[in-house]
Amino acid sequence: MTLSLAFRHAFPGLALDIAFDAPTPGTTVLFGPSGAGKSTAAAVVAGLLRPLRGRVAIDGTVLADSDSGRFLPPERRRVGLVFQEARLFPHISVLGNLRYGLRRAPADTPQRIELAQVIDLLGLAALLSRRPGTLSGGERQRVAIGRALLSQPRLLVMDEPLASLDAPRKAEILPYLARLKTTLALPILYITHALEEVSRLADTLVLIEAGRSLAAGPLADIVSRGDLPLAARDDAAAILFLRVTAHDPARRLTCLQADGLMLLVPLLASPPGTALRVRVPAREVILATEIPGGISVHNILPGEVRAVTEDAARHAALVEVALGSASALLARVTPDAVARLCLGPGAPVLALVKSMAVEVLV
Amino acid sequence: MAVRLTLVVAAWSVCIGLPPALLAATALARWRFPGRSALDALVHLPLVLPPVVVGWLLLLTFGIHGVIGAELLAWFGVRLAFTRAGASLACAVMTFPLMVRAMRLSLEAVDPGFDQAARTLGAGRFDRFVTITLPLAAPGVLVGAITAFAASLGEFGAVITFAANIPGETQTLPLAIYTALQSPGGEATAARLSLISVGLALGGLLAAEFAARRLRPLLGR
Repeated sequence: MTLSLAFRHAFPGLALDIAFDAPTPGTTVLFGPSGAGKSTAAAVVAGLLRPLRGRVAIDGTVLADSDSGRFLPPERRRVGLVFQEARLFPHISVLGNLRYGLRRAPADTPQRIELAQVIDLLGLAALLSRRPGTLSGGERQRVAIGRALLSQPRLLVMDEPLASLDAPRKAEILPYLARLKTTLALPILYITHALEEVSRLADTLVLIEAGRSLAAGPLADIVSRGDLPLAARDDAAAILFLRVTAHDPARRLTCLQADGLMLLVPLLASPPGTALRVRVPAREVILATEIPGGISVHNILPGEVRAVTEDAARHAALVEVALGSASALLARVTPDAVARLCLGPGAPVLALVKSMAVEVLV
Repeated sequence: MAVRLTLVVAAWSVCIGLPPALLAATALARWRFPGRSALDALVHLPLVLPPVVVGWLLLLTFGIHGVIGAELLAWFGVRLAFTRAGASLACAVMTFPLMVRAMRLSLEAVDPGFDQAARTLGAGRFDRFVTITLPLAAPGVLVGAITAFAASLGEFGAVITFAANIPGETQTLPLAIYTALQSPGGEATAARLSLISVGLALGGLLAAEFAARRLRPLLGR
């Protein structure tokens, strides 16, 4: 099943041409700087903006298509939208807000999302009788997410839901979002300009810049590509999807594995079998052509150079290293190192990753 | 007698004026359509026209030989000119701009973002108006209604022209005051009625202020 969006629109000073297909269910993140056209994409999907040309389809249902003239109004799209500023109805209680969409949802939706389930999932039990005006920013956003979920949407769109919150509030909501993602088999379109939210939530990543979609694909593929603007950032990092296989309390290490790839990290609390994602910053990866001796690094991962991209401005080179069939690392090294080790596409290489440099997400 | 009559006429004028005023205010605040500025001007006309002219225009349309009046009489046997209902209609027309202005301002103050949110939650146009826009604009609607009520209590020119000055039927407070002033030795009556008139008007304005202040916390502001 697929979420498919393609549209063109023109604002004074910004021409938009955004198109991508993403598998569903799963979380598709639109990532890009402010003013790049991400929120416009959300409005187009929800039907609040009618683009000059375009097509929106989710799981085979066409919501809008300028070629056939089809345009479902927002109230008939069943696309739940969570706005940046929550937009809770100020004259109704939290419970009334939650019920607003529930009451208007079609009664025969498969996999119905129940009120009790949402209250539990988002921790809303203590807030039900309160007025939106008395809630904190984080609480408001949780209620807004619950309200959208209860309208039984076929797609949940979140337009920078954390952008107006301070760092502690963000940290408070992120676990709820991660839980939501794993508990409900609901397609989510998530819009953000924060890389941390991308790393934690995205399954499919779409890069948006200056009104255009630069690239779209599985998260791990997009972040490990040296030719995309993500890799030029200081915090460029690869994402690996792994599973906890064993704990070694004596050495205080946890072993993570995925398709022939093994990574030792400092002891985790998650039980064996837990699926998680880790972030490996590009500047923390060391490359070698033979196994060095007497070294503190635990993880020496054999791989193959996929591509080398020069970053002339910083006198740096980005080396993409393919590990096994599905994973890849990104290493930022000096152009001199690339020359000394003769690193080019196809060259075998060892990636050295410090356990302490691996950032375990979720 | 004149006091009770005046209150009844004013109450009816609000009832008659409220629905069209709400419609006109919504149209002016929310909709974009050709002729919008013409509607805006038409709504404000009673405010700038001499009341006598409004009364005469009402006679032309709703009088027994008027365009609409003749039909009403023929089909329903209803006569508006020189009746209490006619006095209410004259008051409603005269206070219409006041009501629309107050409602329009409060409707425009409602964040359209709430309307959009309700749309994405599956609410249709009328549903959204009743459950979101109207409750959020309620203070302004109420203030508009109370202001119109208070203004109706003092309507003179249009009422006397369209509904005449019939004691017990169309003789509202200002008309009664005028009549008292015309008759020798009527100053005492006029003074008494004037005092009541001042009291009613003040009470109306205070009620509007009070209602608005009480409603605001209910709306979460």
